Amino acid sequence: MVIVDAPATAAPAARRSSRRALRKFALGVAGILGFLVTWQLLPTLGIVDPTYFPTATETLAQLAVEMRDVEFWRNVGRTLTAWGIGLLIATVLAVVLGTVIGLVPFLRRATHTTVEFLRPIPSVALIPLAILMYGYQLQAALLIIVFASFWQVFIQVLYGVADVDSVARDTARSFGLTRGSRIVNLVFPTALPYLMTGLRLAATVALILAITAEMFIGNPGLGRAIMFARDAGQWTTVYALVIVTGVLGLLINLVFRAIERRSLSWHQSVRGEEVL
Amino acid sequence: MTLYTSTVITPRKPSRAWAKFGENIAYALGLPILLLIIWGLWSSISPALFFPSPLVIFEAFVDTWVGPAFFIDVLPSLGRLAIGAILAIALGIAAGTLIGLVRWLRELLEPVLEFFRAVPPPVLIPIIAVLVGANDVMKIVVIIAGAVWPVLLNTIEGVRATDSVMTETASSFALTRGERLRYLVLPAASPRIMAGVRQCLSIALILMVISEMFFSSSGLGFKIVYFQRNYLIAEMWSGIVLLGLIGVLLAAIFGFVERRVLRWYHGIKEVERA
Repeated sequence: MVIVDAPATAAPAARRSSRRALRKFALGVAGILGFLVTWQLLPTLGIVDPTYFPTATETLAQLAVEMRDVEFWRNVGRTLTAWGIGLLIATVLAVVLGTVIGLVPFLRRATHTTVEFLRPIPSVALIPLAILMYGYQLQAALLIIVFASFWQVFIQVLYGVADVDSVARDTARSFGLTRGSRIVNLVFPTALPYLMTGLRLAATVALILAITAEMFIGNPGLGRAIMFARDAGQWTTVYALVIVTGVLGLLINLVFRAIERRSLSWHQSVRGEEVL
Repeated sequence: MTLYTSTVITPRKPSRAWAKFGENIAYALGLPILLLIIWGLWSSISPALFFPSPLVIFEAFVDTWVGPAFFIDVLPSLGRLAIGAILAIALGIAAGTLIGLVRWLRELLEPVLEFFRAVPPPVLIPIIAVLVGANDVMKIVVIIAGAVWPVLLNTIEGVRATDSVMTETASSFALTRGERLRYLVLPAASPRIMAGVRQCLSIALILMVISEMFFSSSGLGFKIVYFQRNYLIAEMWSGIVLLGLIGVLLAAIFGFVERRVLRWYHGIKEVERA
């Protein structure tokens, strides 16, 4: 990399691409500002009822107040705890089951219909069952979160494990690799991109379900705080908390994208992107 | 030549085909039947209050959903789901194509749209409920507001990623704007769009259920919560089963449409893989 001479055209190209990045950044900021101004004007001009649709400045001020409150951060912590535990359980289950079922053709055929039936069941359909079984506890939320995010990872692992290149597999066989080393050196690298995609999708789904569970089952967290604020008629707080959930979703997405990049830096899909 | 081979092969072929068919059926139904039997035995050996046997649930299913309840509660729910999902998809594709084609618009809106996608859709329900009122329109608006994002962002991404050689070919063949949209941009974006539609459908189903569960006095979601609150356990399970069936049905419809729309795409993938 270091030895290769940069071609003569590289400098202007780099400048052009940096100018393009600057333009993109400026437009993005302009877009956010435009959104905030529109939001500010809608209630101010009376197009929507300001009681139920507070202005951007009011909401952001309320957000600043919330952020000085310890209870707010505790709620963030509770939501993220439920999210993290649920995602962890779902991922471990999905990786183990997905690898075993994916590697054994008999199991893959035998479980196909069951998986295809269970997977589309909307996880929120289980909310009543979760309430009956666990009441307002964390386990009720975990049941929903795990059920929803399990399938995201499981399906990806199932496909990934089955996607091993046949030439590579035959090569590994003829080199006399043991079953264990085949799994570590062949199956795992093949399935990793799939697993990472599944993990990123599952992380988003788990957050949605964590907050849904708090809203409608009533275990403590940001979702319940939103419902409490709504019942108390504090609409600015509701909007402030909705923004917080959006920011959490955005952060989770960014973090998992970064993890995906980092762990797949050797893989064609990521290397290819960098070249472009 | 055909005569010889056909006379030799025909006696064996049907039996093997039947064996193959039987094997497929056994694989398809074996595990579900096994699981149901285990569940049934379990619930008769150690009856758990919240896990009635499959037979009881089946009876409750017939009693609860076959009859007028199907028209009062299930059909309206499905109708709202269909309207919401179709509007979300149409809106997402239309706006996504526009934003994807116009570069400055895309760069202007992308951060805001990314944020909206990241907001967990159920938190929108209380807000939309108070702005629109607790009625049918609210439930449809909720579905649209929550389910439009995956289609919108995937369409933008798909339209943007149209192969540059093809775009240039299209302009050197002097395709009009409409033709280019119809024959180049939308087909090129369709694999991404369909991936977005898949997410859109599952979010729409979730939102339909939740908005009925907590902001309604009719519909499938309301019924399930009603059964749960009144400890009608078997009826509650039958509702969960019905939701599962709707999920499977949606997945099947989606799979059918996807195979039609993306037939060329899967063809290319298969050739690449072979």
